[in-house]
Amino acid sequence: MNRIAWITVIVLGLLAPFAVYPVLMMELLCFALFACAFNLLLGYSGLLSFGHAAFFGGAAYICGYAVTAWHLGPLQGILIGTAFAGGLGLVFGVLAIRRQGIYFAMITLALAQIIFFLCLKMPFTGGEDGLQGVPRGMLFGFIDLNKPLNMYYTVFAIFMICFWLIWRAVNSPFGQVLSAIRENEARAISLGYSVERIKLLAFVLSATLAGTAGATKSIVFQTASLTDVSWHTSGEVILMTLVGGMGTLLGPVVGAFTIVGLQHELSSIGSWVTVIIGLTFIVCVLVFRRGMVGELTRLWKRSF
Amino acid sequence: MSESILQTRNLTKEFSGFTAVSDVNLSVERGHIHALIGPNGAGKTTVFNLLTKFLPPTTGTILFNGRDITHMAPADIADHGIVRSFQISAVFPNMTVLENVRVALQRKLGMAYAFWRSDKILSRLNDQAMALLDSVGLSRFADNITVELAYGRKRALEIATTLALDPELMLLDEPTQGMGAEDVGMTTELIRKVGQERTILMVEHNLSVVSTLADRITVLQRGAVLAEGTYAEVSANAEVMEAYLGVEHV
Repeated sequence: MNRIAWITVIVLGLLAPFAVYPVLMMELLCFALFACAFNLLLGYSGLLSFGHAAFFGGAAYICGYAVTAWHLGPLQGILIGTAFAGGLGLVFGVLAIRRQGIYFAMITLALAQIIFFLCLKMPFTGGEDGLQGVPRGMLFGFIDLNKPLNMYYTVFAIFMICFWLIWRAVNSPFGQVLSAIRENEARAISLGYSVERIKLLAFVLSATLAGTAGATKSIVFQTASLTDVSWHTSGEVILMTLVGGMGTLLGPVVGAFTIVGLQHELSSIGSWVTVIIGLTFIVCVLVFRRGMVGELTRLWKRSF
Repeated sequence: MSESILQTRNLTKEFSGFTAVSDVNLSVERGHIHALIGPNGAGKTTVFNLLTKFLPPTTGTILFNGRDITHMAPADIADHGIVRSFQISAVFPNMTVLENVRVALQRKLGMAYAFWRSDKILSRLNDQAMALLDSVGLSRFADNITVELAYGRKRALEIATTLALDPELMLLDEPTQGMGAEDVGMTTELIRKVGQERTILMVEHNLSVVSTLADRITVLQRGAVLAEGTYAEVSANAEVMEAYLGVEHV
């Protein structure tokens, strides 16, 4: 991304709460960050995880609990949630990274289901009800996050920092090796790269940032629920990434905005939402196989 | 006296009862271009995969510079100076030609995990990468996306990428496979040039390539060594004629 693109994104983000309902905007950003973190794995490492809800939801629970029970500030809560997701990512990664394709996806799914049942059964999670009434608190001790605009700009700042980090990782020496592995793994091995360790780092980074997204969401919505750790959420983030365009920086953002936006706009018509989102997905897969952003980039490049 | 850089002792590989490679004793001398030939299914590629650790041997040992490398991981042997190529062209198709070579050069910077640094730091390797591309005649394609290259050029790029690691021993798996006559000539020249400074072990089907390049030839049949020697010696061997060229040539 060039300077103009960065400035555009920042200006749009700063102006957004005056055009869109801030709470919706925050939800969009949390899911956009989640999808971007997921895309670091699927799009840039070629690994399909079907268990990312464990990091997203797990961090939401840990953050929510830390803030409620230990009376920590929101930032500390988010950091603890993020660190938890990173640690969990390391465990998942070590167990799954040697497997390829569908087996990798199945192991991540199985591990994520374990986390789901832990969240259902553990005493501190509130069981079926989840954690309710998580306090938003004061950022740095003096910024009241109960004011929507303060909360929004905090979320936006977190989003931009993480988004920048992903951009940095993709365009780094590590990112070069990562794309070499994705393109031709056997060749990367023969050049002497320990591909499993490099993939593991990508997995942990992705899990960590997915955790940031989940922890932030628990502060914004003041809840952590079973939905956040369920396999539907793992599926949804795949959907967002594919619709927007995997392997593109902005694709997951566009995908998340599309899916969450549709859910929000169509919520009045009940269960038909699922059908409409399903149709959107089918159309996207058939018409633009590279996702929205992927196709646009291709058209753009072609016209020059 | 010449010294041996790579040696195998009683190398054997069994796949659930089927013996693909049996009791192979191979010795590659430093500075040689050594060719491994044999009819289809003779186990050439299996030997290759054993040597590069992509397959574990059932029994036997592999020595590189006198050191036992039988149980090393495939990524580790690159650090010891053995780099392989593949039967199908092993390039990174959606990276540029320059990036292909650079990702190999990047190995020695040791920044494979540096996700917080800008990739601009890699541009210090550009001159070196360009020099390597120049040596295989690809410098004018440096900014092309690799997938657009003609097949013969992809193979040349692969050799440049392998050279980037400055290996003591290059293992080439059928370097001229699937090439037109013109590309075969170009690649043969390239291998000859590269082979002046280092040791090469290659699997090759094309006998004219083998006859012009190889200092020494090992003939495999049904997983075992049938004959070994120079091209003249091997091609005069009656058993080789029968196994390799077919009875009608005898």
